[in-house]
Amino acid sequence: MHIHPLDAYRFGESPLHRLDARVKLSLVLLFILCVSLTPTGAWPAYVFLFTLVLSVAAASELGLTYALKRSFLVLPFLFAALPLLVTTRGSVLAEVSLGGWSLEVTAPGLERFLSIALKSWLAVQMAVLLTATTPLPDILVAMRALGVPRLLVAILGLMWRYIFVLADEALRKMRAREARSASAGGKGGGTITWRARVAGQMVGSLFLRGYDRSERIYHAMLARGYDGTVRSLPLKPLSSTERVVLGTGIAILFSLLLLTHFLG
Amino acid sequence: MNARKKQESAKSEAVHRGVRQDEGMRLASIRPAIEVCDLSFAYPDGHAVLHHINLSIEQGERVAIVGPNGAGKSTLMLHFNGILKGEGTVRVDGMEVAGPNLPRVRALVGMVFQNPDDQLFSPTVFDDVAYGPIYMGLAQDEVQRQVTWALQQVDMEGYASRVSHHLSVGEKKRIAIATVLAMEPSILVLDEPSADLDPRARRTLIQLLKRLPQTLIISSHDLRLVKELCWRTIILDEGRIVADGPTLKLLSDEQLLYAHGLEPV
Repeated sequence: MHIHPLDAYRFGESPLHRLDARVKLSLVLLFILCVSLTPTGAWPAYVFLFTLVLSVAAASELGLTYALKRSFLVLPFLFAALPLLVTTRGSVLAEVSLGGWSLEVTAPGLERFLSIALKSWLAVQMAVLLTATTPLPDILVAMRALGVPRLLVAILGLMWRYIFVLADEALRKMRAREARSASAGGKGGGTITWRARVAGQMVGSLFLRGYDRSERIYHAMLARGYDGTVRSLPLKPLSSTERVVLGTGIAILFSLLLLTHFLG
Repeated sequence: MNARKKQESAKSEAVHRGVRQDEGMRLASIRPAIEVCDLSFAYPDGHAVLHHINLSIEQGERVAIVGPNGAGKSTLMLHFNGILKGEGTVRVDGMEVAGPNLPRVRALVGMVFQNPDDQLFSPTVFDDVAYGPIYMGLAQDEVQRQVTWALQQVDMEGYASRVSHHLSVGEKKRIAIATVLAMEPSILVLDEPSADLDPRARRTLIQLLKRLPQTLIISSHDLRLVKELCWRTIILDEGRIVADGPTLKLLSDEQLLYAHGLEPV
């Protein structure tokens, strides 16, 4: 069994790994909702949410820094929140001149920006923990249980199944290109337009192969009785322990939300 | 061919014939497994692939379809369960492969595609093997039983929760066979079953196919596998049947083999 870089799942036997995917997915979605509903600048609430992330990370037995390290992928998205620094009204903290413009960084702007940064960072960490401790097929089953349309779940399943096949195909093509990228003493490599054309052709042939494959997969589905409706086996009910975990999780998140809103 | 080889092949043909005669007596009253009458097929772009194919395959027979690349082998096989529809008729167990019969025909004809990555399209091995039984409308516990049974048949118990991408080609091939065995078909159609397999995986596959009681139709370039598994061989070239007869006889005709892009083994 080889681990594919695209597969976020890390094998383990921790309590978090063993917990039913339906419980995990519901709680993670609620956590993200709760984080996004927490008001701006509710610092004690953020600390509490962070301790929640840390305790879940501890329960995952993947190490406390596992999700922390992977959560930095949220950084590029924070650029979208940067304008908040200068567009929110309030007491001016600093003035930045950019070209002919002078921009004012305000205290409420900074508070909003930091809140958004922290909140997205917390939400991403929880999502990282979910995907690291739950195989994607289980997440798909959980999505179905939560009422996501079956067709969408089936499409996500096919996407996940074939993204590896497609990635391997692309890798083989790139290797073949490398293998023939020789130079006869000179600079070699061709012009940039020529190289762009080669890359374009590679993408094109990858698309065509994918298209052909989709046809063959459809044939394989038909051969086993596919008739246009997506069918699956009924799900087994949650055990009483799983219900308790789910209930406790919901209670904690809900009380936190109430506290932050009523205590300001 | 030297004398010893000749003697061996005559002996093995006699054994095959003996088996065939017993089967013939048992199955005399049963309709042919597959009957193809005057089948022609052209792709929508006008490229004609099959020309006036006629053939009949008896219940329990093991037939190989061989021929060069592009001869139309896979296209012909896709007609056996109605995925492609050409001019002429195809009957499976007496039923015409068309319209309302398709679901029943597809339950009777198990098709194993050449590339297991095309056949195994579900997230896990269990989902893939359960796919056919679910579409056949079996109850949950029956589906479970069929999956366990089919995985046992191909010696892959314990693989149910595995993800197909992590399996070797040989393992994927066997799971692909399990996905159709779970539907308990009476006819198995295999496209290039030994392609991409290393010698050990190929041997395991041959042993597995030998054990199966179903009518087998195998398209292959692997003539040694054909010789070992099939009593009868059909040579297809440029969309036409150019020879149909006992495997050992056809495979010893060097001229015939070379004329149709094949090599004697």
